Amino acid sequence: MTSSLTRSVVLALLLLFLVGPFIVIIAASFSGGDTLAFPPQGFSLQWVVKVFMVQSFRSSFALSMFLAVFATFAALVLGIPASYALARYRIPFGETVRTVVSSPIIVPGIIVGLALLRYLVVPFRIDVILALFLAHTALVLPYAVRVVSASLDNLRSDIEEAAVLLGSSRLGAFFRVVMPNIRGGILAAFILGFVTSFNQVPVSLFLSGPGVQTLPIDMLGYMERTYDPSVAALSSLLAFMSIGIVFLAERFIGFSRYV
Amino acid sequence: MSDPAYLSLEQLTLAYGDTVAVDRLDLSIAQGELIALLGPSGCGKTTTMRAIAGLLSPSSGRIRLDGRDITRVGANKRAVGLVFQSYALFPHLTVFENVAFGLRLKGLRGQDLESRVRSGLESVGLSSFSGRKPAELSGGQQQRVALARSMVMEPKVLLLDEPLSNLDARLRLEMRTELQRVQKETGVTMIFVTHDQGEALALADRIVVMLNGGVEQIGTPEEIYNQPGSRFVADFVGFENIFRLDDGKLITEAGPIAIEGTPPDGATGLAWRPAMVELDRGPFEGSVRGVSFAGGTREYLLDTPLGPIKAEADAGLPVHDLGARLRFALPVERAAPLARFG
Repeated sequence: MTSSLTRSVVLALLLLFLVGPFIVIIAASFSGGDTLAFPPQGFSLQWVVKVFMVQSFRSSFALSMFLAVFATFAALVLGIPASYALARYRIPFGETVRTVVSSPIIVPGIIVGLALLRYLVVPFRIDVILALFLAHTALVLPYAVRVVSASLDNLRSDIEEAAVLLGSSRLGAFFRVVMPNIRGGILAAFILGFVTSFNQVPVSLFLSGPGVQTLPIDMLGYMERTYDPSVAALSSLLAFMSIGIVFLAERFIGFSRYV
Repeated sequence: MSDPAYLSLEQLTLAYGDTVAVDRLDLSIAQGELIALLGPSGCGKTTTMRAIAGLLSPSSGRIRLDGRDITRVGANKRAVGLVFQSYALFPHLTVFENVAFGLRLKGLRGQDLESRVRSGLESVGLSSFSGRKPAELSGGQQQRVALARSMVMEPKVLLLDEPLSNLDARLRLEMRTELQRVQKETGVTMIFVTHDQGEALALADRIVVMLNGGVEQIGTPEEIYNQPGSRFVADFVGFENIFRLDDGKLITEAGPIAIEGTPPDGATGLAWRPAMVELDRGPFEGSVRGVSFAGGTREYLLDTPLGPIKAEADAGLPVHDLGARLRFALPVERAAPLARFG
């Protein structure tokens, strides 16, 4: 009795800890006042409306979307063949390759950002958007490789041989029998990569240039200049977008199996 | 059985690094034969099968099929079918689409495709399952789909990897009958790989016993069972009492022992199944170390001056207790003479 009560209390505290900040932000989004404060003063939709009016939010949102979609796509184009090779062939230094590919997860973003800026962007005068795209691709790659590898490990390799014996080429077998069976993993990797890229702060902070900013960086800057609740409103909208994506993913592919 | 060498392997050698899995293997198979490659794991039988399929490239030697050298022909162009031990059905496709897979690649569409797949499924008794996914089928049904998927391609040779090992006893008999029927109806040349001598004896026209990457003996099931050519084959098919023969004497733990009767010329060893050992009479004596009841018979393990001997007696006879002393004979005329004692 006592132990089950203790358990309930601990669970409630844990949930409050996880969800609490989220409640504060949502409440603040609908504030009637004009500073970011909790508890909110009155109720209004003005800050939610304002989010759509701020020009920089619209352009940085577009850039973040563009990066998240294309960097994740690029990471999958590189990551799927890499995962396949790692799963199916005995590659010299295969484990090393795996570690190197995963390194952007392990190395702090701030170091990656600084390194990319100092040794890639500055010396080669790389365009800001291209630099962001390359950096985000590298950051998403580990997730792509990890999730796709897990799917491949669960897929028997003899179905490819069966396809070949039925007349398919090796490459054809990959597209006909491997890809359809790791579709769920690829979609899960895409979602994970998308969210990772979209929420990326430290690396983007180093690489963003004047007038070219991803949404999280733009929000940081906005808060330094204007302390109104529109950032809270924007955060709420983004949170709901993420929840929506994960909900749909769970519903259709059983997202949690892959992550 | 028109052409004596429909499929032939000539000096086939496969090596991985320093390990030679198959060593200068020669084998010649007639059209329509049902061949078993029999041997313990690591004997090279699976490697040989995969080389015939084209999934492994030989280091040297040649493979000829139907008058054509296919050693360097890709696995997808050999007209060789393979039923995998795990069946290897495509999990994302229905039973129908699994069977249609190869036919689609051949360019069949519409009515042609439909009727070929239907008759393929019909021949294995799975017409009503065409809309199911492999995961919704039992192991035996999956195997029949795999069989149909290979057979609709009308392969010149059908390879089967341990076709009965994943099935329970009842299904095993059913599948064995099924394979024999398919073989009879289509006349396809079949080669199956197995480590189970019972499967090989029951199913094959000819058995190729393999050991250490080479052929140990080739023969009909009767020949392999009754006239094993070597100590290894004798042991593999259930001769439990095997002795080297030197100068007409059995070489035993207690030194050479003379036996009654004359062994055939050229025999380097003699082997007796437990049932061939005569009990309760004869020149030797041993004490009972173990008895086990095996239905119609009782098996005795005897400690004897020759070493341990396994004998068999009708279960209707009174049982001998542990420690009892029994006389026994090893009749030379019943023994299988071994040409090689390797």
